Amino acid sequence: MPEPSTTELTWTSDEMMAVAAARELSDGTVCFVGIGLPSTAANLARATHARQAVLIYESGCIGAKPDHIPPSIGDGVLSRSADAVVAVPEIFSYWLQAGRIDVGFLGAAQVDRWGNINTTVVGEYVSPSVRLPGAGGAPEIATSCQRVIITLRHNPRALVEKVDFVTSVGHGDGTGTRQRLGLPGAGPQVIITDLGILTPDPQTCEFTMTALFEGVTRDTVMERTGWEIRVAAEPALIGPPTAAELTALRKFDANK
Amino acid sequence: MAEFTSLASAVGQHVHDGDRVALEGFTHLIPFAAGHEIIRQGRRELTLVRMTPDIIYDQLIGMGCASRMIFSWAGNPGAGSLHRFRDAVENARPHALEIEEHSHAGMATRYATSASGLPFGILRGYTGTDLATVTNNIAWVECPFTGERLAAVPALDLDVGIICAQQADREGNVMLWGITGVQKETVLGARRSIVLVEEVVDSFSPHVNGVVLPSWVVDAIAVVPSGPFPSYAQGYSERANAFYAHWESVSRDEEVFRTWMKEHVLGTGDHEQFLASLDPSLREATNA
Repeated sequence: MPEPSTTELTWTSDEMMAVAAARELSDGTVCFVGIGLPSTAANLARATHARQAVLIYESGCIGAKPDHIPPSIGDGVLSRSADAVVAVPEIFSYWLQAGRIDVGFLGAAQVDRWGNINTTVVGEYVSPSVRLPGAGGAPEIATSCQRVIITLRHNPRALVEKVDFVTSVGHGDGTGTRQRLGLPGAGPQVIITDLGILTPDPQTCEFTMTALFEGVTRDTVMERTGWEIRVAAEPALIGPPTAAELTALRKFDANK
Repeated sequence: MAEFTSLASAVGQHVHDGDRVALEGFTHLIPFAAGHEIIRQGRRELTLVRMTPDIIYDQLIGMGCASRMIFSWAGNPGAGSLHRFRDAVENARPHALEIEEHSHAGMATRYATSASGLPFGILRGYTGTDLATVTNNIAWVECPFTGERLAAVPALDLDVGIICAQQADREGNVMLWGITGVQKETVLGARRSIVLVEEVVDSFSPHVNGVVLPSWVVDAIAVVPSGPFPSYAQGYSERANAFYAHWESVSRDEEVFRTWMKEHVLGTGDHEQFLASLDPSLREATNA
């Protein structure tokens, strides 16, 4: 596929989000990859600036190098391209729990101002208005990875004041919670949405909007966030996707 | 020693009303054909155990076979929801489904614990989550050596474990490879086990990540080609992602679901007829 010329590039907000999320992974990082957008972003990183990143899937695939993004975390393209495939009890105990993973890359149905994640229910647990898939690997990924990256689309039902159910712990109710609970990892350090990037306040651990995509206004961020979100006085502007990033991203689709 | 038998006879002999049953497969080697046979034989009041309940559990629940489910992630990855499961939890249709949910790490620990014959297993998990407040089978223990507080989960106490594997040899030893999930633990952790295989071979060849289960830990072996469909068997088939995508439209409406089940599962005698009843477009491994 020819590289698009930079003057005529257009992209969707989902593509911008995937590119921004991919940029958060540095080369050589060992990353436990969640289903959906995290898988797209982690593979994009591996296809561009982070060729030595090690992608680990909870199905037991270590060092997977798929040429397209499969819908599940256990498609054959993952196991066939992996450096090693291990049993599921082993991936969670010897690899995740033992502290071998740098970054956990997670999606979420709901995330709150402290980075706690809900993928269990909307509403009351015993009589939910929406039953979500449940925990999967996320609680222990959020516990044991050295840090966590979360990515989800930005709307007030997704970014909420307080999650309906704590499936996976972020910063609990603020600074000190993780230490008090004895959680080994540092927890969520960045949330990437289709508006920009949130990072935890160094003092309180409350997530604040510190970087925006081109054309995104402060008002849009406030409207689409379920809490009184703070936006940095001078938020960083996130650079648009490069031709190389878009080409690599679209190549995954072309390889399907 | 494992007995070679038909799938219908294996299910008839080993799966009873009220049993605690795991039909395992972590995306790969999911025993769909066995789930269909359980539905055809009309089993009731089952406790279904699975890390990643997917379409086959949606079908078992929607057809009224289950009263309880123990699980860690219930969904149709990349394609949508399990609407029959959701209808049971949200609206008690076709009847109420009691649930016990864990994390993957917790369920993996429970399988390993069951295979080890221990009463409980430990992990560094669940701390600070609401899972620990809604699930009775999560407790806390202190490490007698370091004092660290750890989560404890009980063994699964499985009556029956059902898996797919790629091959059996003529002595009834079983071999599987690729993503092996908790397949070994499902067989070793259950009182009775059924293994579906693609074919019987004279001797096994080595495979990366190959797992061999000796004949004497398996109760029944049924030769069912494409038994995991729409899941897959590495080396034999690809995941039929078109079917997974299609399920969203079948599962969403209870009447559409019942009509579909009547035509393709209740109305077919075995897995070969089930596969033949499907539109060829659903057999495709698009996006695999």
